[in-house]
Amino acid sequence: MDPILDVKNLNVTFDTYGGKVQAVRGVNFSLKKGETLAIVGESGSGKSVTTKALMGLIKKPAGKIPEGEILFDGKDLAKLDNKQMQKIRGKDLSMIFQDPMTSLNPTMKIGKQIMEGLILHQKLSKQQAKERALELLNLVGIPYPEKRMNQYPHQFSGGMRQRVVIAIALACNPKVLIADEPTTALDVTIQAQIIELMKDIQKKMDTSIIFITHDLGVVANVADRVAVMYAGKIVEIGTVDDVFYNPKHPYTWGLLGSLPTVDSNEEKLMAIPGTPPDLIHPPKGDAFAARNEFALAIDFEEEPPMFKVSDTHSAATWLLHENAPDIEPPATVKKRMAGISVEGERQS
Amino acid sequence: MKQEKILEVKDLKQHFDAGKKGVIKAVDGISFDIYRGETFGLVGESGCGKSTTGRTIIRLYNATNGEVIFNGKDVHSAKSKKDLKAFNRQMQMIFQDPYASLNPRMTVKDIIAEGMDIHGLAKNDQEKTARVHELLETVGLNKQHASRYPHEFSGGQRQRIGIARALAVDPEFIIADEPISALDVSIQAQVVNLLKELQQERGLTYLFIAHDLSMVKYISDRIAVMYAGRIVELAESDELYNNPLHSYTKSLLSAIPVPDPEFERNRERVLFDHSSYNPEGSELREVKAGHWVLCTEEEMKQYQV
Repeated sequence: MDPILDVKNLNVTFDTYGGKVQAVRGVNFSLKKGETLAIVGESGSGKSVTTKALMGLIKKPAGKIPEGEILFDGKDLAKLDNKQMQKIRGKDLSMIFQDPMTSLNPTMKIGKQIMEGLILHQKLSKQQAKERALELLNLVGIPYPEKRMNQYPHQFSGGMRQRVVIAIALACNPKVLIADEPTTALDVTIQAQIIELMKDIQKKMDTSIIFITHDLGVVANVADRVAVMYAGKIVEIGTVDDVFYNPKHPYTWGLLGSLPTVDSNEEKLMAIPGTPPDLIHPPKGDAFAARNEFALAIDFEEEPPMFKVSDTHSAATWLLHENAPDIEPPATVKKRMAGISVEGERQS
Repeated sequence: MKQEKILEVKDLKQHFDAGKKGVIKAVDGISFDIYRGETFGLVGESGCGKSTTGRTIIRLYNATNGEVIFNGKDVHSAKSKKDLKAFNRQMQMIFQDPYASLNPRMTVKDIIAEGMDIHGLAKNDQEKTARVHELLETVGLNKQHASRYPHEFSGGQRQRIGIARALAVDPEFIIADEPISALDVSIQAQVVNLLKELQQERGLTYLFIAHDLSMVKYISDRIAVMYAGRIVELAESDELYNNPLHSYTKSLLSAIPVPDPEFERNRERVLFDHSSYNPEGSELREVKAGHWVLCTEEEMKQYQV
């Protein structure tokens, strides 16, 4: 099946007083209809910037897309101007932001905020838009929608606000929904509700979702495929099972190893030493090399290409080169992979 | 482990006057003990009163009712300045937000040494500097950092400065209020490892407040779950995770995302009906040794079956 969205060699830079920040450095991925791709990574890894580029939200003139294509519906979104982009944004591509407290207009009633996009993009009359807004509020599970339509954001709790944001994002039946840490600001029980809601809606509407998060637990729940980002690049991409049960990149090992498991009480967590590199002057070679205990000499010289592990799985690490020494993932990660399945049996 | 109580909290209440809306009962009668050398985890969702509990214990707020007994002395009874100063030295706090909790106009050395100055722990500047350098190394930073300002550091490094500041006065007891929530996953592990190491080296006791249950489980010996200003369940961490009794604890545990796709596919969430929660007539009862649940006498019999 043809992908609905195809990102090729995407680069994004920002001019700052300190110099040019290379926030995204050659990202490639595609998104199929009805699937959920999770992008994980630490703050500053370029995951949010990547999705902002997709939405045409990179602020010019400081931000630029010097290279790369974003192919969607036969068009290259990277080449569109703001006016052309406005026709697509909110209609075919829409976005849910992290903070439900700040992404709604505090001086506008909820109903009106939902109707806005419907009237603009779908040319509905006010009455039609109102009916559709009621439907949407029902869909996202907000009780008493007639009454809630006429209320302001401050009268809603965090979880309820995020439901409203989702309703707005879904208003025009978008083909691609981008969710940037949609549950990070919420409590775990509310988070679980919102995730269930998103999955449910995806099933009903066959939307493709790009889900950005740093929480690997959430990833395991929502994702069909996972892309791990580090220092502006995708370092490993594969199905959720590939990445969790057969990780190949040392950074992915580090991420999985730094989470506690149920029976890991006595051991130390496998923390990744150091901090991410400065993207004004990205290091030569593999950006992760300085924090990587398995780094080879070549890692400091040349950047690793994407090596294919299987049809669905690839990773950018020299460890996968045929001449590389055989290196097993650290014991804690292996144990963790085994430990996890034990945990699964125990609780289910 | 010798079970010597370092802290006893008895029927602690913290009510805030909210004007027209009446009184907010942020903490509404909680009791627990913390033993010397252990890590006591306090978990719950936003607004359940866990941070207020921590802040009341260290006397950032004056309690509405109840007692906090630390090393045999009541923290909240009237005290002379001298007593308070001694108390402040024994109990320290690490805050959630490493960006807001360090004064941007002070150098790292001044931030860390402030407590030492107040308590007169260093005879001269030389000794002070040496002590600051030592503390920086303890928390994994280096000497050169002493003359810098907070904005020059990343979140994880700032949290290390916050820890060094807390350690500067040689406390016995540290309240860590969501110390890792604002940090990235890989950095969280660094800070948690550091806290554990320091505990082993110095025999510290921690009250660890957090909403991230998997990390709390990892670091804590015992855990209390808070809901709506009360403790609903208290047990050793393994016992709490393997055998949760209160329906709120069950729902909270079932909502934690586990980094395992296979497990997530089979997840079944336990729902908690917030409207059915009525603590009237319930109190924290010991259902079995060391496992306490908020319940009525009848419910207790059911739990014990």
